[in-house]
Amino acid sequence: MTEVPADVLARVGEPCHREQSVVPVEPGAITAFVSASHNGNPVYWDDAVADEITAGPVAPATMLSVWFQPLPWEPGRTEEAVPLRLHFELKERFGYPEAIVSDNVATYHEPVRPGDVLTSEQRLVSVSDEKTTRLGTGRFWVIDVEYRNQHDDLVAVERWTSFGYEVDAA
Amino acid sequence: MSLTLADVTPGQLLPELVHDVTTTTIVQGAAAAHVWRPMHHDHEYAVHRQGVRDVFMDTQTQGAWLERFVTDWAGATARLGRLGYRMRTPVFPGDRMAIDGSVRDVETDDTGCGWVVLDLTVRVGTTVCTDAHAKVALPVDATDNPWTRHGESWQP
Repeated sequence: MTEVPADVLARVGEPCHREQSVVPVEPGAITAFVSASHNGNPVYWDDAVADEITAGPVAPATMLSVWFQPLPWEPGRTEEAVPLRLHFELKERFGYPEAIVSDNVATYHEPVRPGDVLTSEQRLVSVSDEKTTRLGTGRFWVIDVEYRNQHDDLVAVERWTSFGYEVDAA
Repeated sequence: MSLTLADVTPGQLLPELVHDVTTTTIVQGAAAAHVWRPMHHDHEYAVHRQGVRDVFMDTQTQGAWLERFVTDWAGATARLGRLGYRMRTPVFPGDRMAIDGSVRDVETDDTGCGWVVLDLTVRVGTTVCTDAHAKVALPVDATDNPWTRHGESWQP
């Protein structure tokens, strides 16, 4: 089976897994994030500078996924929560025991600000025929995750390129 | 002090950022990124389940260091438009992490927005741990501010 099965092809371009951010965008989390990388950019530390440059406080662009990280525990949850669910669905659909993210590119649009409520939506962009690489035999797939704020403004698009595979028998 | 587009030329090198990574660097980064997978905080798990020598820096935290590296150089008025990276090998406690960058391209788009394209690397010694590239908007002159751009006038 080297060609892409019809049920997977049918998912290409179809939005799925619309999710709301797990935690609200808030200043304490932003401070903790910039502290961890010793980031002294005054936009994150001085509201007057943020007012002047960024029209008010903003979150670092690379903080985007933080708002969507599954909590380690939530009341009533019985299954393990995973980020980028479509990726794990493809891995399972093809029966690949392994999958790695080979490339990640994010394009940033409207800045994220404290108080924002974000939503994300995943979309399968492409799936390759089966290929053999040095890791094993499997398929590459590309997933876009589109993020929007409560005004429906586009905040960012993340493009994840992954390789799901099975290690070849020696 | 922020750079403007006139301050930047292709081939220019960014000042290197060096940081001695500790377990605290790794765990503080993972906690701040809300990443609770055990290989980023649990030594026993990292060694015995992942087969690596120690806990290692998570993807989001590497992104945070790269963003900081870019704005340390370009200043607060710089606005990140695009960041891509490929992690090749982990960064561990005890590593002296060095981030380097060079200017690949300088351009002004059809909307008048000034852009700099950067090639970035995260290294430990001579080993490249992560390759990255960034597209960053800089003011085209002292009166410009990329943060005022929205919608059609922001094309990252």
